[in-house]
Amino acid sequence: MYLSTVSRPVTDPPEVGPRRRRMAMVSGNVVALGTVSLITDISAEMVAAVLPLYLVLGLQLSPVAFGVLDGVHTGATALLRVVGGYAADRFRRRKLIAGIGYTLSAVAKLGLLLAGRSVPAIGAVIAVDRLGKGVRSAPRDALITLSTPPEALGRAFGVHRAMDSVGAFLGPLAAFAVLLVVGESYDAVFVTSFCVAALAVVVLVLFVRERPAGAPTDGPDDPKVSVREAFGLLRSRPTRRIVLAAALLGLATIGDGFVYLLLQRRAELDLHWFPLLAVGTSLAYLLLAAPLGVLADRIGRLPVVIGGYSALGAAYLLLAGPVDGWPLIALTLALYGAFYAATDGVLIALAGPVLPARLRTTGIALVQTGQALAYLVSSVLFGLAWQAWGPGNAIRVAAVAVAGVLVVTLLLLATPSRLVTRKVPR
Amino acid sequence: MTALSTRAKLGVVAASAVLLGSVAAGYAATAAEPARTPPPTSGDQAVTLDPGARLLAITDRHVSTVATADPAGPRTVSGLECLRVYAAAGTGVCLKPETAWSYQVVVLDSALRQQRAVSVPGLPNRARVSASGRMVSWTTFVGGDSYTSSGFSTRTGILDTTTGVTVSSLEEFAITRDGRSYRSPDVNFWGVTFTADDNRFYATMSTGGKRYLVRGDVAARSVETLKENVECPSLSPDGTRVAFKEAIDADPAKGWRLSVLDLATMRVTATAETSSVDDQAAWLDGGTLAYTLRQDDGQPDVWTVPADGSGTPKLTIPGAESPSPLT
Repeated sequence: MYLSTVSRPVTDPPEVGPRRRRMAMVSGNVVALGTVSLITDISAEMVAAVLPLYLVLGLQLSPVAFGVLDGVHTGATALLRVVGGYAADRFRRRKLIAGIGYTLSAVAKLGLLLAGRSVPAIGAVIAVDRLGKGVRSAPRDALITLSTPPEALGRAFGVHRAMDSVGAFLGPLAAFAVLLVVGESYDAVFVTSFCVAALAVVVLVLFVRERPAGAPTDGPDDPKVSVREAFGLLRSRPTRRIVLAAALLGLATIGDGFVYLLLQRRAELDLHWFPLLAVGTSLAYLLLAAPLGVLADRIGRLPVVIGGYSALGAAYLLLAGPVDGWPLIALTLALYGAFYAATDGVLIALAGPVLPARLRTTGIALVQTGQALAYLVSSVLFGLAWQAWGPGNAIRVAAVAVAGVLVVTLLLLATPSRLVTRKVPR
Repeated sequence: MTALSTRAKLGVVAASAVLLGSVAAGYAATAAEPARTPPPTSGDQAVTLDPGARLLAITDRHVSTVATADPAGPRTVSGLECLRVYAAAGTGVCLKPETAWSYQVVVLDSALRQQRAVSVPGLPNRARVSASGRMVSWTTFVGGDSYTSSGFSTRTGILDTTTGVTVSSLEEFAITRDGRSYRSPDVNFWGVTFTADDNRFYATMSTGGKRYLVRGDVAARSVETLKENVECPSLSPDGTRVAFKEAIDADPAKGWRLSVLDLATMRVTATAETSSVDDQAAWLDGGTLAYTLRQDDGQPDVWTVPADGSGTPKLTIPGAESPSPLT
């Protein structure tokens, strides 16, 4: 039902009747940001869907050459994400920094045309695209928290993430439609993808507000955020706890690739269906993101995040358990999608109010970076565990790790009771 | 900007959408390729895979042959569309598009008639037939396995055309690495080449960032590593040497040197080809290797070079790829 708001992204409707009022609880700015994400994700997933075809069949690059392009950018992206977050806070230009991120990714689509067959050039273009993605997420999420009353953050993030995944769904279809029209000209897909991304930037410029009505205003007399203050962020206990919890969340996640590979093996799924496993997870995510966000506002964000971890642990156990065939696939993907829906946006909703408004973007960038880096570590560790103990035992160990993380997260976050209740300090 | 009313903003968005839409549509209109028609056949004869003094190759995505004595001369082109082709003893293998997203391995008889077809996930890369024509192998690249990192993995399959037994992925085989049993989720295989007994084979295995030459046994469902940094092996007709691409300084980012490994002495000889060769070479006879090189714009050419390190590379079939002798 929240998706119905997509069609009118800007109006803050006068409150007529209860139904209207409910929708108005997601602010215009959140819907505008959701619309930008939706359009951008169409563009991004269009390229993601055809990039392998383009590199291997269009350019006849060897996959090893492509592998060389991959993986080296992650560290740099993580650092720049925090730098971008700090810049957004320092100059109080969150919209501008987010806009730069969206623009970089849009330009990268055209860069693919110019890069030709040069592997270093394609690598650089992919790096720019990721950089854009890294730079924009924290200011975007900060804007969402700043345009939403604390008690409605779960719902706001739920709606935003649901809109985001709708875009991810439409992207491959759009790419397919373009290829259907033009034959094997991957260029046309890149140009279309650029045009779509550029439209998202237009929507951002026109409709996203830096200081939404009712947002905490940092007055012009406030001193500027200093680097020292930013570092001081980690000295505050609640911030440290939430960043640590986010990193733990990353550590408990073994990587989608592994989950799908295990699922495919266990269910003896024909390899043709393999890409659809990710689609199944996205579908569950899309359907559950908004409802679980609303639930988080009702019963508290921590219980929903804990529920998400539990779903993850259950999915891992299923992969080592006795259920087989289609029931295994359906159950695992539903749980896995529920895990993402219960943790991705809700964690930021949980973190947002803990972080001071002045340093919110920096704080969110820290949370996201901690999570992303830990996720890399866990993927490597799981690979080693698989090698040493075999897939079945490795996934059991992962399930135990989830249980451990669950306990530690509870210890970390449950103590300050204000995290659970709705009375959150600004 | 703040002066704009909501209506005006929506107007600007609509106008931008129309403008950007026309840019995309305009580009698509100029980029759209005319429907691909099979190239005309020159010469009176159709393409056959019967052994003879001809070379098989792909010309503009279609199976074609040229005379070994005059490889740059008149070409016979069939209507059969393949991305990779190989043939031996009257049996051919063709990696052929099925839909926009999927491919088929098609086993051909000497008249290019389809004998068997296996749908394969991923993008076609290597194709081989054993010298007797009995065993067929293929490699495709699959994107989905490492969904989050956007990296590729490979799938290599083997089909016994006599029994119909199919190995859909070599990753099912037991692995011995450096004398020890080994397993890892990051194992990938590619580039199979068969020995004369139609059971044993050589291939590339990659794991932990390294690539190995492996010797495999179809009946025993096992592989063992022999040597590091040997990719895309191709066994010589007498079974004593393996042509392969060797990553320069063991780093694929620096390119590959086409080289030959003597299996008895394990000595490596680099060929006179100094360009980076990213192909599974084909032995045209006991002393000559053929392989595909691409020009800057991606146009392929088939080149040949002596296998013993002597001589110079020679442009052999211009505008063609995926060479195979018809033996």
